[in-house]
Formats: sequence, structure tokens, C-alpha cells
Amino acid sequence: MNQTPKIQLRGVAKAFGRKVVLDGVDLDVGVGESVVIIGGSGTGKSVTLKCILGLLSPDKGSVKVDGEEVVGMGSSSRERVNRKFGMLFQGAALFDSLPVWENVSFGLLAEKRCNRSQAKDIAIEKLAMVGMDAAVADLMPAELSGGMQKRVGLARAIAADPEIIFFDEPTTGLDPIMADVINDLIVKVTREVGATALSITHDMASARKIANRIAMLYQGKIIWQGPVADIDKADNPYVDQFIHGRAEGPIKMAVRA
Amino acid sequence: MNPLQPIGRVFLKFLATAGRLLTFTGSGLSHTVRAPFYPRIIGRQMIDIGYYSLPVVGLTAVFAGMVLALQSYTGFARFSAEGAIANVVVLSITRELGPVLAGLMVAGRIGASLAAEIGTMRVTEQIDALTTLSTNPMKYLVAPRLIAGVLMFPILVLVADVIGVFGGYLVAVYKLGFNAANYLQNTWDFLTAEDVNSGLVKAAVFGFIVSLMGCYHGYNSKGGAQGVGTATTNAVVSASILILCFDYILTEMFFTKH
Repeated sequence: MNQTPKIQLRGVAKAFGRKVVLDGVDLDVGVGESVVIIGGSGTGKSVTLKCILGLLSPDKGSVKVDGEEVVGMGSSSRERVNRKFGMLFQGAALFDSLPVWENVSFGLLAEKRCNRSQAKDIAIEKLAMVGMDAAVADLMPAELSGGMQKRVGLARAIAADPEIIFFDEPTTGLDPIMADVINDLIVKVTREVGATALSITHDMASARKIANRIAMLYQGKIIWQGPVADIDKADNPYVDQFIHGRAEGPIKMAVRA
Repeated sequence: MNPLQPIGRVFLKFLATAGRLLTFTGSGLSHTVRAPFYPRIIGRQMIDIGYYSLPVVGLTAVFAGMVLALQSYTGFARFSAEGAIANVVVLSITRELGPVLAGLMVAGRIGASLAAEIGTMRVTEQIDALTTLSTNPMKYLVAPRLIAGVLMFPILVLVADVIGVFGGYLVAVYKLGFNAANYLQNTWDFLTAEDVNSGLVKAAVFGFIVSLMGCYHGYNSKGGAQGVGTATTNAVVSASILILCFDYILTEMFFTKH
């Protein structure tokens, strides 16, 4: 792998007040690769994602997308870089004032890549990719169940054919079967649109299914990374404790804040 | 502990908030004049802010006009100056009560709904989602609401002026026994364009304040339902206080001009 990584993080640090969340994160995501960041709650997984998306700006370090430094970028170049991204939010984050089809084609309409009648056709096509009926297109997001909202969120994330898709806890809050359906869809659609994927999760079943490579974040640093097949022989007590979900081990959960 | 410490901390906090608000205002304003524009959203907001506020504003205005006629009669009858009632009603309504009462009522209605809507979008990550979908949330959410507020408030106040004067007329003619034609003639004779205009300028400023406060507090809300609740309260309270504060500043500007 000697080509430029799609996403490259070097020494990314971020603190909120006195609380250090990220303390020098180094991570490469190669072209077409699917990397999953695992870690407990509050270890800075979401903050890492937000630093790449530009929703937060890191205190230190560098974030490169296609070899281009994005930290401290002006808002118009930032918008250009963000066009490469698609994101599935934890709570789906659908716009509740718009019908499903407008949610799905929102990015396309914003970039004026099509008119409104074409947008609806594309939306129906993308909904079909996530296994949803055309009849859903005219419903409002509030009329859908949680799993269906996730699927619409996934359709929205892939609608503009992004080069990189981010998944923020894609299976949280879903029943095990729906979680597996979403995992399958993630694998399927990222392959179909040929995108690079970066996901964060604490659901190991999901991580094993969607990842090529897994990285574990602990106390603001990547403490282990490697191919998904190697995780069971990682020989790292922290990783071992996490993937087996044991309360005893080197990771101490802060019960009190 | 050093007794100056808390004072300093409060002062610094105040400066930080003022700075944040000014940056927000500047960014919101700059997006109102830069493409892309969202005419559909501006239209929807204009209907929301303008049309759906008409009942509230109309009822407020008619009662304000009625009570004004009644109260000034009680006062002026002691000096046998009842003839001035038409004058007092029309001047108070157009210069002062129209814009301020409409502003306060709409601050409650619109400021709260803007803060709750945008605040909910913030806590459910919809604002972050906008950013990932090539849409600047300041441009998509804030700018259209600022434009709609500034455009619709003067129209609302114009309606409030007419209804308020009519309220005064109702009480003067049907309760106090004034001659209808005389009352209308008096109203019309005393009214100058300046009176109405100053009220409309105030209205535009108040419209900006209400939209800005609703958007600012919603946009910066944190936490879940409680955060949105706090944002809503803060939006209404700060908009109301700023309306009264700017009412004085603007009145003084118009006053010293003559």
C-alpha cells in the first residue's frame, strides 16, 4: 500500500476545557478500505469522526483527506472536501420537516446535481438499494421505525455517491436482527458505490462484519490496530478485555464522572 | 479567596457571550446576501412569522387601542380635553404600542418556536447532517429566518396599527359617544407619515432581534430536551428585553432628529 491514504490522521489532539479527549491519534485509512474504530463510551470515537468532518477542529495534529490538509481550511474548500463524504448518524438525524425522498436526495439538490423530479427518482432508486419500497418515499421520517430511519439515513449517506462514508454507531439502538440487516447493507452498499468506509462502534459483532481493519481507541490514543482476523490473537490485554466484554481487566470504567 | 475573582469571572463570561453573539450575527448577516438563497424556505418562514401571527397581533392591537381610548378619556376628561383622545390613540399606537406589543407577542410565538426547532435539530445532529450534505447551516437555517423576520414584522405592525386605531374608534364612538366622523377626521389630521415610518423601522429591527435570538439560542443549545427548553426560555426572555432596550434607543434617535 504505497498510494496516498484516503484519510490520514497524525497526532490529532483535542481537549474540552481540562478534559483531554484525544491525545495524539495516528490513523491511516487506505483507498477502498473499511476501518472500524472500536472503544468504550467516552473514549473519543465521535470526536475523532467530527475532527475529520470539520465539525470540530483539533487543537493539534493534522488530518489529511486524499493527501490534502483539511485542518484550518477555509469554509469554501471545506465544502468541496465534504462533498466526498457521506455520513450515517447514530440517530439517523433525518430532517423531520422533509419527506423521506427529499431527505435522501438532499445533498444532490444542495449541489444542484439534478432537479426536483429527477431527485425523487434517484431517491427511490437509492431507497431500493437499502431494500425499501418506493411507497416510503412520500412518508415523513417521524412515521418510520428506528430501523427504517437508519436505512433511510444510509440511503441519504450514499445518495451523492460519496468516496468516503462514515458510520457513527450504525447498530446502536436496534434489535439484533435489524442490526445484522444494517451490517449487511453497509457491506453491500459500500462495495456497490466503491467507497472507503470509516465506522465507529462498540458492537463487536458489527465491527467483525463490516471491517477490513480494526483500530482500538483508548484514553485518546490508538492502542492497537490490525486486520480483523488478527483481533482474537492481538495479545493486547486491553483489546482482549474489550472484545470479550469483561468487567475485570486493565480498562477501568469510570463509574463516577 | 480573592473577592475580585468572581466578578472577573462573570465579566469574562459576559464578554465571551457578547463575542459569540456578535460573530453569530455577522455570519448570519453575511449569509443573507450571499448565494445560494433558499426562496422556498424564506417563503415558508414568511408565512409562519407573518400570516400565522396575525390573530395574536390583531387581538393584542384591538384591545390595546380600546383600553387606550378608555384610559385617556378618564385622564383627559378632568381637563375637558376629551377631543385629544383620537390624537393620543393614533400616536401611541403607531409610534409605540403597535411595534412594541406586536414585537413582544411575536417574540413569544416565533422566538420560542425558532429556538425549539433549531435546538432540536442541534441535539439530534440534524445540523451536523446539513454540513455533511454540502449545506451551510447558517445559510440554510439562520439567514432565511432573519430575512423573513425583517420583512414580515413591518407588515404585521402596519396591520396592528390599523386594528389598534380601530379599537380606539370602537370605544370612543360606541361607548364614549363621540361623533364617528369627527373622530376619524381627528385621527387622520394628526397623523403624519413620520409617525408610521418610525414605527415600521422599529418593527424591522424588532423582527431582526426576534429571529436572531431564536436562531442563536437554538443553534447553541446543548444537551437533550432540557437544553432545548433552556434555549427556548432564553430566546424569548432575551428577545423581549432587547426589544424594550432598542425601543428606547430608536425612539431617542427619532426624537433628537426633530
